[in-house]
Amino acid sequence: MADPIHQFEIKKIATLGHVGGVEIAFTNSAAFMFAAVMLIAGGILLATVSRNPVPGRYRSAVEIIYEFVADMVRQGAGEAGMRFFPLVFTLFSFILVLNLFGMIPGFFTVTSHIIIAVALALIVFTTVIGYGFKQHGLHFLKLFVPSGIPIYILPLVVLIEVISFLSRPLSHSVRLFANMLAGHITLKVFAGFIGMLATGLGVFGFVVGLLPLGMTVALTALELLVAVLQAYVFAMLTCIYLNDALHPGH
Amino acid sequence: MAAATTGAHSGAHGGPKGVFPPFNRETFGSQLLWFAIAFAALYLLLARVALPRLAAIIEARRARVDEDIEEAGKLKAKSEAAIEAYEKALAEARAKAQVIAAEARRELMGKAEERKKKLEAALAAKLAEAERQIEATKAAAMTHVRAIAAEAAGAIVEELVGKAPGKAAIDRAVDAALH
Repeated sequence: MADPIHQFEIKKIATLGHVGGVEIAFTNSAAFMFAAVMLIAGGILLATVSRNPVPGRYRSAVEIIYEFVADMVRQGAGEAGMRFFPLVFTLFSFILVLNLFGMIPGFFTVTSHIIIAVALALIVFTTVIGYGFKQHGLHFLKLFVPSGIPIYILPLVVLIEVISFLSRPLSHSVRLFANMLAGHITLKVFAGFIGMLATGLGVFGFVVGLLPLGMTVALTALELLVAVLQAYVFAMLTCIYLNDALHPGH
Repeated sequence: MAAATTGAHSGAHGGPKGVFPPFNRETFGSQLLWFAIAFAALYLLLARVALPRLAAIIEARRARVDEDIEEAGKLKAKSEAAIEAYEKALAEARAKAQVIAAEARRELMGKAEERKKKLEAALAAKLAEAERQIEATKAAAMTHVRAIAAEAAGAIVEELVGKAPGKAAIDRAVDAALH
């Protein structure tokens, strides 16, 4: 049976050199990240070659994504949140393309590695903290003190607020990483059953193999949904967290 | 399998046996490095170049549509003003026409009345003249009748009595008979 874990291995494509005895290599993960960068940036630039105010089909599609993210930012973080629009758009498009790359057989899923998800979540987390303190100073800490709470349970509420705030990057990153990882493993396991049954049980195996085949088809559709949904969820939560930095007074 | 992790370790299967690749710490440094480069590149490309270009096009279109709507609103107001002016002019013209018509009618009626009065006066004069003539004719006829009657009465009396009566007696008798 095909190893369901094998697809997540980081592979070296070319060694670029050594820094202090540590090998610096270009990997499959890096290749897919750069492919995503080129696809997104190139895709938008290609759409803006014609400056005709009446958009063609292709630019209409790009504008729909643009407006979709813009609406998401406005809804989640208000009009002031539009200053973070490039960040949210970058996060959304990067995760979306990397997730969808993962749906293509033989492609590497960059977002299935926890370190990437953590890095993405920490970008948001540090942006929220940095901007919050820069803009509001110590008033940013009001975020942890909801108004209208009786004084005797205030310490408890503040404690809960602080814990929930600090656990955000964890849930933010693990949600993305776990969804991508689990989905791909499940897909691979069911797909592996087909080959196993067919080679192990002969003609009977071909018939029984139809079951995992159907399952694989259904799971592929589900994973496609998850790939898009997780990018959306990540961007949506980013907007909600940024809203705290913009308006910490609840 | 040419799989190998970046970093010092280069095992046969990308990391020490049994280490789940997503949790293999030896790859974290390399992944973070490439992620940082790729994400920064994408952010800069999008924030500095791609998104402003797209936003400029969308904004230009929005401005143009707004402009066109404003222009259409202006034109609509203009046409409404024109319609109002036209209706006002129409109402004025109608009122004027009514005044003129009423005046004309009054004038014509005055003239007709005058002519009617003149005609009536002329007719009345003619009538009076005719009546006077009839009266004269009648009076003349009456005197003739009296003369004839007196003559006839004289002749009859002469035939009956054999002698002509006196003129005064005949006149008296005729007058008595006629009145």
